[in-house]
Amino acid sequence: MRGGITRRPERGAASDKIIQGVNLDMSNRVIIASCALVLAAVVGGVAGPAQAKTFVYCSEGSPENFNPMLNTTGTTFDANRPVYDRLVDFGYGTTEVVPALAEKWDASEDGLVFTFHLRHNVKWQSNKNFKPTRNFNADDVLFSFERQWKDSNPYHKVSGGGYDYFSDMDMPKLLKSIDKIDDYTVRFVLTQPNAPFVADLAMDFATIQSKEYADALTKMGKPELIDQEPIGTGPFEFVQYVKDATIRYRAFKDYWGTKPKIDTLVYSINKDPSVRLAKLRANECQMSFGPSPADLLSIRADKNLTLMSQPGLNIGYLAMNVQKKPFDDVRVRQAINMAIDKKAILDAVYQGSGLPAKNLIPPTMWSYNNNVQDYKFDPAAAKKLLAEAGYPDGFETDLWAMPVQRPYNPDARRIGELMQADLAKVGVKAKIVSFEWGEYRKRVQAGEHMMAQLGWTGDNGDPDNFFVPLAACSAKGSAPHWCNKEYDDLVVQAAKVPSQAERTKLYMQAQVVMHREAPFFLIAHSVVHLPMRSNVVGYKMSPFGTHRFDYVDLK
Amino acid sequence: MLRFLLRRVTLIIPTFVGVTFLSFMLIHLVPGDPIEVRVGEHGIAPERLAQLRHEFGLDQPLWQQFLTYEVQLAHGDLGVSVVTRDTVWNEFTTLFPATVELAVCAIIFAMVVGLPLGVIAAVRRGSAFDYGLMGLSVTGASMPIFWWGLMVILVFSVSLGWTPVSGRISDIYFVEPWSGFMLVDCWFADEAGACASAWGHLILPMIVLGTIPLATIARMTRSSMLEVLNEDYIRTARAKGLSVPRVVVVHALRNALIPVVTVIGLSVSSLLGGAILTETIFSWPGVGHWLVESIQRRDYPVLQGGTLLVAVLVILVNLGVDVTYSFLNPRIRR
Repeated sequence: MRGGITRRPERGAASDKIIQGVNLDMSNRVIIASCALVLAAVVGGVAGPAQAKTFVYCSEGSPENFNPMLNTTGTTFDANRPVYDRLVDFGYGTTEVVPALAEKWDASEDGLVFTFHLRHNVKWQSNKNFKPTRNFNADDVLFSFERQWKDSNPYHKVSGGGYDYFSDMDMPKLLKSIDKIDDYTVRFVLTQPNAPFVADLAMDFATIQSKEYADALTKMGKPELIDQEPIGTGPFEFVQYVKDATIRYRAFKDYWGTKPKIDTLVYSINKDPSVRLAKLRANECQMSFGPSPADLLSIRADKNLTLMSQPGLNIGYLAMNVQKKPFDDVRVRQAINMAIDKKAILDAVYQGSGLPAKNLIPPTMWSYNNNVQDYKFDPAAAKKLLAEAGYPDGFETDLWAMPVQRPYNPDARRIGELMQADLAKVGVKAKIVSFEWGEYRKRVQAGEHMMAQLGWTGDNGDPDNFFVPLAACSAKGSAPHWCNKEYDDLVVQAAKVPSQAERTKLYMQAQVVMHREAPFFLIAHSVVHLPMRSNVVGYKMSPFGTHRFDYVDLK
Repeated sequence: MLRFLLRRVTLIIPTFVGVTFLSFMLIHLVPGDPIEVRVGEHGIAPERLAQLRHEFGLDQPLWQQFLTYEVQLAHGDLGVSVVTRDTVWNEFTTLFPATVELAVCAIIFAMVVGLPLGVIAAVRRGSAFDYGLMGLSVTGASMPIFWWGLMVILVFSVSLGWTPVSGRISDIYFVEPWSGFMLVDCWFADEAGACASAWGHLILPMIVLGTIPLATIARMTRSSMLEVLNEDYIRTARAKGLSVPRVVVVHALRNALIPVVTVIGLSVSSLLGGAILTETIFSWPGVGHWLVESIQRRDYPVLQGGTLLVAVLVILVNLGVDVTYSFLNPRIRR
């Protein structure tokens, strides 16, 4: 598994020679050790990468394993993305679906049949246990989906056999059959039309694994290695994982797409944001996962660093439980929307890392309705509306705040306090409530709250991924427990029509209905920051908040 | 001697049971379970939640879970991580060498620096050196590791750029984990500079982790030496005309070391505690770092198994200390 790349940092080489010299002269290990210590400290023979072609990314955590089918966390997806491909992919830095292992695809008129034409001459990677004898073909596609879908697949139960994402995307219900037409054509038949289906296949759970590798491991009696020593068709080959420390990849020389510009890719795992930043400043890594908001100013001021920022594919909100009085009255919900000063929350809590939200989806997503006018902060008007609704003196309510920091909400408690103060001015006495995180979600789902903060991070770039799980009637346990027929008809219809233009119209209308009915006080779409060394070029941030390094280079 | 050992070993069994019971109860008192902690806003289907809870035995009453766990332990099975699905034993043995490397270097550093300092302070009792050293050692012993660790990173790594920030070796080196000890494995990497890098990465965590034991050892050596230096036989040795170094090193230090050995032995348990913080600050991929992660993930098997293994170690080290002590001081064997 040794990389074919030679990396000989000059400073390190010098100090090593000195150590060997000491070794020859004196056979006293303690002295060698002390000398090495002093040398290492003084010479610092440990500085950043000496050769431009090793790229180190300071990541935030350890992957659970090396198979995205089995996981739901972004950390694990990031660790797997260099190795694997999917049938389709998201364009670099966009939410647009582009060809990957499938060169093209056709959908039938009724939206039930999708035929994928696979790419030829796609090579599989190799490792010490496996040397591929054939290229990627339809058998691999069938294997990868059947592993997640069918009990009868010999790999279904391997590594715990939990395919939560596959189930979350409703695949077991949606898929009727997957057939191999020939070695390079695969047909997916659905039980009902589903417009976001192709976008779903660009998500990490739809990774394609090698059937030949699986068969070889079965023969060896070590099937679980498929999820620990991954073989894929992606731009980088997996080299080594040192638990909780580093993941090492090297560029795959037979990659079918544009070859990576770097030779070696390393994920250096550091949970603490201040340590990650310190490593970045010391050039021990060239890019680092999310910094603390408090460090943003100093990062901007550092001329060795660049800070990329982009609104995340997320939404943070305060949901009003429409099943409970007084929030069953739309006037009360609108009044709440007017009573809270959104700008103050953005300034005080998001500190420049938030974009005020007026729609459920972020503005980077297609079908965003920019014509919707957000409710103005107007306590007098709010008070008037409350009086009309029969609450001239306000009312008492609870206001739930999550106990944890989330990508879309940096400090729910603080936001809760600001909201509480604003609401008090219109006579609404809100009591802040919190529970342990698991308990919190469970209770919100059960509808125990009156008002609760929560949010969402999208994962397939399709508006359906926001509009349905957060507010449709079918979404059991959505935070506002809201079921509006007009809105529901629009979003259900939009998921069925194949034309994006048509879908856009429907979603735009849905946003107007949601604005009028106001089941949420929409807070913000948080901005995601990515600090890197100034010599990093060719990197584009993904709207999904994921990371990929196939095009990155160091100048 | 045999009876003494036997008595000590028998005491280990109830200690194990106590440790497993405590670690089991404490983690179960923390709200949230391993499966719910991993579920984000996307939620989890109730059937799937029930299936997973069943798979990990979380649907059983607590007492039954504890009994099952004890039986499993009696069979030598520490369980499987809820998150990675790897066995706890495998994960522990992969990460343990890193912790041992750090702890051993830290204690060696503490002894190499602490013993001479203590001896000098005792010999020059009442001097400025003595007062200065004792003042510093109080500061050292009361230094919070997380603060001290971040301070040395800020000064030596960020401001001065002398040492690397975190990890065990620079990410540019590819080292096969042959023994798990980076200082050993780096010799087999055919890349120049790997070992210098490994030492460079070790220096700060070693100093940070070694600070408390260093302060304790220096203080203990000093007071123990003072006691011994006042003994009659030392006066006799001096009266015989022996040189001061000979009196101090051969006659005094050997006897003064008895309590110091105990202190060193006892600091092993505090070292393991300190390692948890040090490893977290320096992203040192060892057992401490792993245990902290397991708390956040509510990975019950890892936390329980890991705590137990660490407890076993502490008990064994304490036993080792007792045995060594009994050699140094035969009176204790009775």
